[in-house]
Amino acid sequence: MVATPRRASSKLSQDHVPTPSQTVGPFFGYALPFDADAGAASGAGALRIEGRLLDGDGKPVPDGMIEVWGGRQFARCSTDAEGAFHFAVTKPGTTRDDEAPHLEVTVFARGLLRHLATRLYFPDEEAANADDRTLNLVDPDRRHTLTAQLDGAVLHFDIRLQGELETVFFAL
Amino acid sequence: MSGSHRDCEPPYLYPDYRSTVRRAPAREPVRLPAEWFDELPGPVFGRVPVLQTDADLTRQHQGEPLGERIVVSGRVVDSDGRPVRHTLVEVWQANAAGRYVDPVDDHPAPLDPNFTGAGRCLTDGEGRYRFVTVKPGAYPWRNHENAWRPAHIHFSLFGPSLASRLVTQMYFPGDPLMPNDPILQSIPDQRGRDLLVAALDLELTEPEWALGYRWDITLRGRNATPREL
Repeated sequence: MVATPRRASSKLSQDHVPTPSQTVGPFFGYALPFDADAGAASGAGALRIEGRLLDGDGKPVPDGMIEVWGGRQFARCSTDAEGAFHFAVTKPGTTRDDEAPHLEVTVFARGLLRHLATRLYFPDEEAANADDRTLNLVDPDRRHTLTAQLDGAVLHFDIRLQGELETVFFAL
Repeated sequence: MSGSHRDCEPPYLYPDYRSTVRRAPAREPVRLPAEWFDELPGPVFGRVPVLQTDADLTRQHQGEPLGERIVVSGRVVDSDGRPVRHTLVEVWQANAAGRYVDPVDDHPAPLDPNFTGAGRCLTDGEGRYRFVTVKPGAYPWRNHENAWRPAHIHFSLFGPSLASRLVTQMYFPGDPLMPNDPILQSIPDQRGRDLLVAALDLELTEPEWALGYRWDITLRGRNATPREL
């Protein structure tokens, strides 16, 4: 095959309109692979993350799918009847001084015509979080929606699609 | 990205699709500088073994599923025109009667013991994928009076970056239900909607065995800018 020119022309990139997104719908649970424990990590150093996906009325979203990615770890979890999801991960490292450890979190659901992108930051990284270049772009009053709460041995992280405590989402 | 490209994406809030009303975020998304965006590496979905047989949805059971056997194939490129090689493509769909195996689906159409309706493959060195399946049926949903989804196959792709992640649906050419479907019609620009419709392709058709449909997919590449809400 003839190699595609790396920079053919601006016309070429104009011609390649990204394929539009559509909702994941309600019927993906049987089809997409999920780990039984939604675990990218296990054993020592593994953190358990639990949360709920909630709609604008504060009701659980029972047909959502959450993916987390960070530090070469990937895990996917579907939400249950209570909107609950959980993950086992290790806290990723960072490569920049102005970036705190975090997980990239992607949200899919019936009713989301496009997926949503947010981040999970860790509550025991107060100094690093204060210097994080991404958190610093977020309205200070809303930054708390991106930080998990330590609840015993579990990190708690709810995702609110709408409402007063709407989670901060990032443009993709 | 020009304004017309933006009109090729659905909005989050589209009240004709009722489920968006309490699920679409109301606030503006936070925009990261474009140069940071380039630095975001994407997830690697390495935990799922992909077997050659996973791409043939008609051979996952003892017998063959009922329905019109089809080949669905195409090329995955990024918006800079480069092939997206060795990336995971996941598909799922209703059976020929319009019923999903999923326990959540209560549409009273028959299940097919020979059809699950889930598959996966990796694109090849030129970004190509190929599935063998049966054409899914239309099915009713409760969005509005007499609402029926046009026949569609769900697709999930990763690509190289966080920005290239795509979950979408492929439709079939000439389906008379498309103009009434709020999920498809949520895309403002007809050109965007057309990008989700496969083309009947006699080159992909296997004579006396299966009709072929071509559907090419473009993932967002490095030069794409973040989408508007």
